[in-house]
Amino acid sequence: MVAKDPNVSIPDEWFRKKGDGHEQAEAVVRPSLSYWKDAWRRLRKNKLAMIGLVFLVILTFLAIFGPVFSPYEVTATDLRNQNMAPSATHWFGTDEMGRDVFTRTWYGARISLFVGVMAALIDFFIGIIYGGVSGYKGGRTDSIMMRIIEILYGLPHLLVVILLMVVMGPSLTTIIVALTITGWVGMARIVRGQVLQIKNYEFVTASKSFGAGTSRIIRKNLIPNTMGPIIVQMTLTVPSAIFAEAFLSFLGLGIQAPYASWGVMANDALPVILSGDWWRLFFPAFFISITMFAFNVLGDGMQDALDPKLRG
Amino acid sequence: MPLYILKRFIMMIVTVLIIATLTFVLMRAIPGSPFDEERTSNPTIQANLEKFYKLDQPMPIQYLNYLKSIVTFDYGPSIKKPNESVNTLLARGFPISFELGMATIIVAVISGIILGTFAALRHNGIIDYGAMTFAVVGISIPNFVLATLLIQQVAVNWQLLPPATWSSPKHMILPVIALATGPTAIIARLTRASMLEVLTQDYIKMARAKGLTPFRIVARHALRNALMPVVTIMGTMLAGILTGTFVIEKIFAIPGMGKYFVDSINNRDYPVIMGSTVFYSAFLVFMLFLVDIAYGFLDPRIKLHKKEGEV
Repeated sequence: MVAKDPNVSIPDEWFRKKGDGHEQAEAVVRPSLSYWKDAWRRLRKNKLAMIGLVFLVILTFLAIFGPVFSPYEVTATDLRNQNMAPSATHWFGTDEMGRDVFTRTWYGARISLFVGVMAALIDFFIGIIYGGVSGYKGGRTDSIMMRIIEILYGLPHLLVVILLMVVMGPSLTTIIVALTITGWVGMARIVRGQVLQIKNYEFVTASKSFGAGTSRIIRKNLIPNTMGPIIVQMTLTVPSAIFAEAFLSFLGLGIQAPYASWGVMANDALPVILSGDWWRLFFPAFFISITMFAFNVLGDGMQDALDPKLRG
Repeated sequence: MPLYILKRFIMMIVTVLIIATLTFVLMRAIPGSPFDEERTSNPTIQANLEKFYKLDQPMPIQYLNYLKSIVTFDYGPSIKKPNESVNTLLARGFPISFELGMATIIVAVISGIILGTFAALRHNGIIDYGAMTFAVVGISIPNFVLATLLIQQVAVNWQLLPPATWSSPKHMILPVIALATGPTAIIARLTRASMLEVLTQDYIKMARAKGLTPFRIVARHALRNALMPVVTIMGTMLAGILTGTFVIEKIFAIPGMGKYFVDSINNRDYPVIMGSTVFYSAFLVFMLFLVDIAYGFLDPRIKLHKKEGEV
């Protein structure tokens, strides 16, 4: 440190104008990669995850447009053509009422995907609010909120879901309500853990010093920085919701005839499987399995891609 | 330590109480009475029936009776099968479901750990890829689909094993495979991941430097630490398996709890629904409690009195 002595004058030639080659040091050599771009780049390298993603895109397309390719109505019965094996007229065969299995499979896809995505979305909203508040407030509030979570976590989920289905009567809404009423707990725990970690970082303090309120800090600082694990959790919620729906349908608590989800179709196929009508079970079972597979590998891939520690 | 156990114990009681209350409220919220079929019967019979099942008393009294029945493990008579009590149904069904559940968890834990360990030891080798392919497929195929395939192929086409019922160890094989595949896959993945992490630790290098055999290193040093994540998910997994038995029992015509539970739901048999829900939940919550305590004992890093605000 040079002492501030008014008698000492600094010669002008000591000062040098910037611009003699040093400014290049700060220049950006490579285009900067945002977190999301980098994650996408790494996800693309994961073949299995990409197969899952491609499959899901195709499935979504078929769920929306699949029935268009078929001349049959989803509930149309044709008693002359019962239990037909797959053929040129009925690509996936027909069921015991002569309904076209191809058409029903895509309607089933709609229901299964809808249930899975809705369950994940609702879990996401409740979990983010509950976990965000709990983690951010801390102290007594957090303690109480976490005790509630611990109790809910201990509940046997499927039993609660079955009970709710019995009371509310089987329907699509019931299934989604029943699945989310216990399902958001996992998401809330993850969000809270992330928030606890991040809330003490400097940028949050900076935001606070500018006078940002709780809700702004949660919305603008905490949530964007916790998105990685949250998205992974959502990707893995979808297959478990699809499985739960199929499970309930299989117990006779799912969507009611004449509409069908994959679980209902598999359940209906059970009595005829031994008589050799393999297609009745094969198509719904195949699509349940491959959808769960796709979501699982995609979730795994995203877990690796969104982990900042693995960023290279 | 005792304080932690006490705290967990209180939590457990609260959880069971909540489930019991929830069940009670939900069951009373269902429109229609269990005697709806007997609509033609005269009012006196109706009244007598309601009196016999104590459905004529005011709600709070019914609730108290119900709580008393839970504590005393006496769930009263079934409505659809008047000469059987809920207790006899439970006594008949639960041991079978329990057997199926326990056999499943034992098979899943042993085979999952073995698969996961070998996959980690041969990281990126054929065994690793094989085991992980199995794991992904195992998680993706729902147990009821697997069960149906097993019945069709193994039992009907090849005639190797009996397709249904529950009368000899031979009958257990197919249901246990169907139910255990998913959990095995999950355990294998978890074991592999944590084993890979543990194997790079210094104390494993140390053990190698000491000249211990690979078997001893894995069995005595690595596994012990690698298995903690498996213990953590054991509680919820057990709950999943024991409810999973419902579907498997239906497919294999096994006369366990699942059958009575599903029947009671379809028949609106209140005492059976309430009794079995509460009993089953209490059992599951108790299992979670045991797993929690076991975890505390097994992991030296966890001190059993946590700081305020931690989970």
